[in-house]
Amino acid sequence: MNRSVLRFTPLLAALLLLGGCSSLGVKPWERDQLARAEMAMDADALDLSLDEHIYFSKEASSGGQGFAGGGCGCN
Amino acid sequence: MSEFRKISGLLSAASASLLGAHNAQAESAWDVETAVLMYSETDRVSVVEPVISAKKDLNDTDILSMKLTLNALTGASANGAVPSSQPQTFTSPSGKDTYTVDPNETPKDPSFRDARASYGITWDQALDRFDRLKLGANVSVEQDFLSLSGNAGWSTETHQRNTRYDIGANLELDAISPSGGAPEPLTVMDLNASNDNGGDDDDEEEGGEHKSRTVLDLLLGVTQIIDRSSLFQVNLSLSAADGYMTDPYKFVSVVDPVSGDPVRILYESRPSTRSKTSIFGKYKKAFANEDVLTASLRWMTDDWGVDSQTLDLSYRLVFDGGHYLQPHLRLYRQTAADFYRYFLRSDEPLPRHASADYRLGELSTRTVGIKYGKSDPFGNDWSVRLEYYLQSGDGSPTEAVGQLRSQDLFPDVEAWIVQVNYAFRW
Repeated sequence: MNRSVLRFTPLLAALLLLGGCSSLGVKPWERDQLARAEMAMDADALDLSLDEHIYFSKEASSGGQGFAGGGCGCN
Repeated sequence: MSEFRKISGLLSAASASLLGAHNAQAESAWDVETAVLMYSETDRVSVVEPVISAKKDLNDTDILSMKLTLNALTGASANGAVPSSQPQTFTSPSGKDTYTVDPNETPKDPSFRDARASYGITWDQALDRFDRLKLGANVSVEQDFLSLSGNAGWSTETHQRNTRYDIGANLELDAISPSGGAPEPLTVMDLNASNDNGGDDDDEEEGGEHKSRTVLDLLLGVTQIIDRSSLFQVNLSLSAADGYMTDPYKFVSVVDPVSGDPVRILYESRPSTRSKTSIFGKYKKAFANEDVLTASLRWMTDDWGVDSQTLDLSYRLVFDGGHYLQPHLRLYRQTAADFYRYFLRSDEPLPRHASADYRLGELSTRTVGIKYGKSDPFGNDWSVRLEYYLQSGDGSPTEAVGQLRSQDLFPDVEAWIVQVNYAFRW
């Protein structure tokens, strides 16, 4: 795992630094669009979890957005 | 945008923890979401999967959520062996029966049948104005599989709630009890087998001996608001699995190096550890007309030699009256695992590990779909989606010999997905 972690570390570090960048962001009263349910990162949560189960069963990759939970024999 | 939705949005904006988008809710109401998924592969597996999830804001700080998923699975599943110009006979997973595959047909186990029930519960608690702790547990049961997992996550918001950092860990314990017992890897399939294929573990009982594995996942993430209408998220995920990773129902053919005819059939073998790393990025943008674009990318690499890239795009077209239409496109590709083999040759020594499971081969997939739905400001939302999935690989590899040159060694997998969702407040 170490090699692959090192491969992604610079990218992650750059993005973590980008998070919190003072030029990004809005004031509290500017969030009307962002507060819409479909703008949540976990919008369509059931679709995402069902898709995750399908692709976990058919492909060699999984995860990325969180913990799927529940495991699967998926033979 | 209707006046009601404008006011509703502004109220949410004023009252909610914004990155979490916890919308203002009626006091002590449950937000319930239900869905039924129907998944059907051409000539292969069919699945029906109902889900119900419920979420409740307990006291403006704590959120309790639960989810129950059931699925029933029937149909035929490719067993990994290569097609042959002659009929082939295989032992069923139970070891008690056999099935015969016609000449030039991809060998599939026709008796594939399983049911699964999964239940999860999550407690999401505010530690203070900016920090939240989330604890979750999950249990999943199949006829030959039991999975228990627990997870903990902490998130903190900074920069006037424009930035959120997440860190979490999940530990999963799986018990696998293969029907007919776990076969000894890379041994010859026994057509006279009867519930004991060897194996080196304890607790052998009727219905199969137990194998186990543990999976530890770690996640680090950052979510950042860019401007009034867009935000992004980046997650780094690390996963380490240790234990029984072999699929006890999959075979690898050993073929004659000249004729390409199968000379024997072996049970597959996979390494007992696997480490995965992935970077996942997601971007959301709301347009002036209320349409929403969602785009995500995932890169994954593991120590089995699998590298993959996933692109997922959806665009929600919002119409008057709460109606919406949401086209969806997903593109995926992966390299093969180091131990993936279409087949083994009888003139070569056995490798340490070998699997002909197409899911570990080099492949690409496409999903095209559309979702139509309607939502109202009171939490009622229904939708239906239709998706088409196509998985393709190289069916004529250069290493094919003899009769295998005229066979499709990696047939496409086609599937249709229909899903109906209904959400309401109760």
